[in-house]
Amino acid sequence: MMWNQMTLLFNDYTFQIVALGTGFLGFLSGVIGTYATLKKESLLGDALSHSALPGIGIGFLIIQSKELVGLLIGATISGLVATAIIQLMSKKSSVKFDSALSLVLSSFFGLGLVIMTHIQGRPNAQQAGLDSFIFGQASAMLVRDVRLIAIIGMIILLIVIVFWKEFKLFSFDPDFGRTLGFSGKFIEFIMSTVIVLTIILGLESVGVILVSALLIGPSVAARQWSNKLGIVLPLAGAIGFISGILGTIISSVGNRIPTGPSIVVVLSIFVIGSLFFSPERGIIAKRSTYKKQRKYFRKQIELLEEEHEK
Amino acid sequence: MEEQKAIKIHQLTVAYDAKPVLWNASVTFKKGKLTAIVGPNGAGKSTLLKTILDFIKPVTGQIEYFVGKQSSEYKEIKNHIAYVPQNSTVDWDFPATVLDVVLMGRYGHLGWFKRPRKKDKDIAKEMLAKVGMTTFFNRQISQLSGGQRQRVFLARALAQEADIYILDEPLAGVDMKTERIIMDLLKELTKENKTVIVVHHDLQTVEAYFDEVVFINQEVLNNGPVSSTFTKGNIDETYRQDRNLGEEEGE
Repeated sequence: MMWNQMTLLFNDYTFQIVALGTGFLGFLSGVIGTYATLKKESLLGDALSHSALPGIGIGFLIIQSKELVGLLIGATISGLVATAIIQLMSKKSSVKFDSALSLVLSSFFGLGLVIMTHIQGRPNAQQAGLDSFIFGQASAMLVRDVRLIAIIGMIILLIVIVFWKEFKLFSFDPDFGRTLGFSGKFIEFIMSTVIVLTIILGLESVGVILVSALLIGPSVAARQWSNKLGIVLPLAGAIGFISGILGTIISSVGNRIPTGPSIVVVLSIFVIGSLFFSPERGIIAKRSTYKKQRKYFRKQIELLEEEHEK
Repeated sequence: MEEQKAIKIHQLTVAYDAKPVLWNASVTFKKGKLTAIVGPNGAGKSTLLKTILDFIKPVTGQIEYFVGKQSSEYKEIKNHIAYVPQNSTVDWDFPATVLDVVLMGRYGHLGWFKRPRKKDKDIAKEMLAKVGMTTFFNRQISQLSGGQRQRVFLARALAQEADIYILDEPLAGVDMKTERIIMDLLKELTKENKTVIVVHHDLQTVEAYFDEVVFINQEVLNNGPVSSTFTKGNIDETYRQDRNLGEEEGE
């Protein structure tokens, strides 16, 4: 019964499209998110995605359709405005960074909800499904949306490959990087653009609330398994990819389960598993080394005492 | 032989917002010398380094750099200056090996997009040998002690094969072995007529380690050879002062 349902699902064209979209998105978020977490900018990603909501609403009000590109442009603008306000507040006023961040994040999100509710109340059939941007509904994805994700995703991955050495340098030690003659502003700009684009691409299927989890989760999990950036990056991509697809399956099999939360739940299992069970860095591995050490020390002391007695 | 200049700073004033950190500082760093910059906390030592490295734009004043015979702008000689930041400024849990970090010292020579080649790796390994960390090349950087981190940073700077080396408190919190390795290497650099400028916190060791000393407390108070300039009078003057320079002018 279950098996039949699965084969049916996998043969379903819509499902294939959607799974391809979320899988690719997961991969992209995993790779790019690694840079965001290494640069300690994961919170900024959270703020950016939450603040994208009013932009989506306003974008819809202007173009009067759910054309993805239009909505995402709106999302980008409001997200960037919000992050600019956060930076400005924490630098120029006495408000600290974390307060500025939560303040701006929640007020933009609130504004977004107001606009969304207003749109829902309008007697226009067009808006149906627009609120899926809040929790994400991958089944709303069209072929051309997936194509958009694929094209922009490819460009982003190409940028990562081309700027490999520069990205590594600037996520580790930007001050040193600048003394080497690289334009710090240019590289930081490219890195931020890539992070912003990835977040924006994820909005439709994962939703504004949870998209940052897709950015952070895979890199946190992957970091547990390797100490090499060249491995952490693709591994984070793979974890993101699998989470995306599994999340979409859960969302498609179940009745009206939003995709975003399903993906994030799957991802969280990967993260928790990695935190506990990874060799060397895992909690269990650390505990056992600690115990072994204690045992070793105790034995040493005993030996010393024995010698003393003699 | 006449002493050559490496960096000449002329009437430099640097301010964060409205507050001056360095006031009308003029000093010349001599080529082939090991120079210590000393002064109390908040005296503007790191600010001076950062201004030399073009991180901060001064309010007024000029800095001239001498790599060849003529004075140059910072942009032209960027690759001839190696910088060793305080090692607390980076995240040591970054997924990289010791060799990865030292190789970063080669990035400036490689320029955009080019990947390190065997030659670069050889140079990086050679520098790791100099700081006594050959066996650590494949070690994850989070597993290093404070002193080892500092040596990795020094190896990275050495891999730049520069003419001027600028170090921000390289001996802060390191073990004796590391201190000896670092100072021996810096001395060796000056023998090759390279210039070494060090922000130094330990007054006890200035006489043993350095050729020249610059006393800073918002202004450059004194500078010259350690033998004649490192006097009790100059130390007291630098550390005792409770100066609030330029505040009236600043407001």
